[in-house]
Amino acid sequence: MKVIDEGPVQVQPARSARWKKHHAEDLAGRSYTFICVALLIVIIISIIYFVASKGLATFFRDGVSLGDFLFGTTWDPEGNQGEPQYGVLPFIFGSFATSLLAALIASPLSICASLFMTEIVPGWGKKLLQPVIELLAGIPSVVYGFIGLTVVVPFMRNVFPGQGIGIAAGALVLSVMILPTITSVASDALSSLPRGLKESSFALGATRWQTISRVILPTVLPSILTGVVLGMARAFGEALAVQMVIGNAPHIPRSLFESASTLTSVITLDMGNTVSGSVHSNALWSMALALMFMTFIFVLIVRLLERRHRI
Amino acid sequence: MQTTSFRTEHLSVFYGQYEAVKNISLNFPEQSVTALIGPSGCGKSTFLRSLNRMNDEISQAKIKGRIWIEGEDINDPSTDVIQLRQKIGMVWQKPNPFYKSIYENIAFGPKYHGVKQKKQLDEIVESSLRKAALWDEVKDRLKQSALSLSGGQQQRLCIARALSVKPRILLLDEPASALDPVSSSKVEELIVELKKELSIVIVTHNMQQAARISDYTAYFYLGTLMEHNETEIIFTNPENAMTQEYISGRFG
Repeated sequence: MKVIDEGPVQVQPARSARWKKHHAEDLAGRSYTFICVALLIVIIISIIYFVASKGLATFFRDGVSLGDFLFGTTWDPEGNQGEPQYGVLPFIFGSFATSLLAALIASPLSICASLFMTEIVPGWGKKLLQPVIELLAGIPSVVYGFIGLTVVVPFMRNVFPGQGIGIAAGALVLSVMILPTITSVASDALSSLPRGLKESSFALGATRWQTISRVILPTVLPSILTGVVLGMARAFGEALAVQMVIGNAPHIPRSLFESASTLTSVITLDMGNTVSGSVHSNALWSMALALMFMTFIFVLIVRLLERRHRI
Repeated sequence: MQTTSFRTEHLSVFYGQYEAVKNISLNFPEQSVTALIGPSGCGKSTFLRSLNRMNDEISQAKIKGRIWIEGEDINDPSTDVIQLRQKIGMVWQKPNPFYKSIYENIAFGPKYHGVKQKKQLDEIVESSLRKAALWDEVKDRLKQSALSLSGGQQQRLCIARALSVKPRILLLDEPASALDPVSSSKVEELIVELKKELSIVIVTHNMQQAARISDYTAYFYLGTLMEHNETEIIFTNPENAMTQEYISGRFG
């Protein structure tokens, strides 16, 4: 390709009053948005710094080994049975177990609900379900926890062996809480599909079922997975509702119906009972750091899924 | 024009109260291309979509009149819409390959019509791609994603996909209007080639294209069929003054 070099472009702007006014507006708008972004970045970086400095102190200042922290199974920060021990594996296990189980329960329901809204009955299905889902998303988590405690836990106690509290109850409550997240991401993805894609499948003589299972779902799968990961991230970070129904015993439970804990439930429970700067308090910060780290990983997974989707 | 096995009889299409297509009777002779022309919103796409019951998907759409294909009234309750659509291929304005490999795109339809053997599927894929003049460009990368193809190639893939179920009729809704001139002329050549085996109905906004590739032309205006005749007559000596104005670009 030939590049035509016209030399430096000679511009002589007429700097009229109007030009100056527009220029000033432009500058003001640009500065304002820049300040907002800068503020956000500063806040995020300071949070990360704060959590990391507190959380890492457990290992660098208090000398707790990272291995003992991550893989130790005994949580005894006050040293009630001799040496204080800071093993958080039971909580990490609890967090993963509840959020994975919640995603497992919620995903099929959400995907079917979003299919119903977008493909099966796009008219009143959407009109009816959309507000319901928005409502579900708006219910405060303490209400979910309360309902869990008064409805789910007794139910579990009657149906399954044990006290009713535990990972199963936590996962059930969480699954209802993450339903809206997965459903709205999935239905957005479904309704943004080009209409021609569906029609091409129909035009080839495929039935609606074949079209949904072979064309529509495979096409939106990465987006649906994004929704599932976002839902899991929400479940992973949820504290209050889980804490109310899980029982809060610091052990790896032997069944889904035995009292257990998650990272978040331990932090909210112990927070008030520790002295700032103590090893116990720092250990809680380390757990917060671990939670934050997991959030980053969830975000990373979402990013990877989105990139794959674009190709 | 003699009466053929593919025709509409007093066909009207309603969206709710709105009559988008008004009382249209048209013949589509075999081994020929019929172009539907007319300004935007004149009902030609709606008409086209009703020919393979694509309007079933739109809940408010209602059909009056009849559409005959090989002695069968396609809107009769006893008609198997799955088999009907096997007889009629359709291609849209925007290329819309499935998010699958090139091979899977073509094999999709035949699989649902009972072709199970790999060898048979391979043959269908090859012959469909050859008919769509795409085989030589993609034969070494059949396993690659269909989305890796260029826009023009994607459109020919969609034509190949429509051909994979061996239809007798091909419906084309502005198949070349989203393509660059080279791809567009390739698609036109393809249409002329394909009409040896099929009857083709094409909606187009491009008058030159209609003149080049069609044997018959129907001019639609506000849901009404204004004129229908051999393309040569329509473009040289139309009966209707409005047709004359539309094709010469003074109106529409």
